Amino acid sequence: MFSIFEISGSAMVAQAQRMNVTASNLANADSVAGPDGEAYRARQVIFESRQNGEGSAGVSVREVVEDPAPLRREYRPHHPLADEQGYVTMPNVEPVHEMVNMIAASRSYEANVEVLNTSKQLMLKTLTVGES
Amino acid sequence: MIDKLAGALNFYQQALQLRHERQGVLAGNIANADTPHFKARDFNFSDELARAVAGDEQERALHLTTTSERHLATGVSTEEVDLLYRVPDQPSLDGNTVNMDVERVQFADNSVRYQAALTMINSRIQGLKGAMQSE
Repeated sequence: MFSIFEISGSAMVAQAQRMNVTASNLANADSVAGPDGEAYRARQVIFESRQNGEGSAGVSVREVVEDPAPLRREYRPHHPLADEQGYVTMPNVEPVHEMVNMIAASRSYEANVEVLNTSKQLMLKTLTVGES
Repeated sequence: MIDKLAGALNFYQQALQLRHERQGVLAGNIANADTPHFKARDFNFSDELARAVAGDEQERALHLTTTSERHLATGVSTEEVDLLYRVPDQPSLDGNTVNMDVERVQFADNSVRYQAALTMINSRIQGLKGAMQSE
């Protein structure tokens, strides 16, 4: 039973990280410049299944990749960061994608919490086998 | 005497063990619902149970070394189940074959059956206890 805790726990950690990345993407959807002077690039997590023993597999985040999509350019000639043609480089965050990602992550998180709760209850019951 | 007792509980023990194993496999499927290239797995419970109960236990049991024929045979069965892959009815683009609905239904089903097995082993133990007590 403890292996189930590990499996669901790892999935919850991974989904929480996905949620974190989504939050950071959404929060930065309009940041014009990051600390390095470049516009923010959207990030995505990549999951990887983690085999522990025969059959049962947890999840871990393999890496967080930056979205290679081109940055958005907006025409704002009076902006202090505008280039010579009057364009400001904006992040390539797609708010719609991020919302979808967020909902999917929270649903998966919920499912894993449910699995964890059910397993915990079964385990507690198993501990009382033979008691009258 | 003791091996009779163990024999009386063997069936339920095997059933619980397999239910637990399946619980882990299904939890793994649900955990990997978003992992690219993950293939959902499961096993046929009734086949495995039949194999675990009827199959020759000597072969699959983990033995202590017995140096005298008067030593009791001890066995904790450590058989491995025959894990299969689920046939996806709607393949997804990233190669993941987890169907969340199927997995959740199977998980709930497995949990209830685990509880049923627990209830049965409990009443079996109560019955044996009752038979052993003097009035």
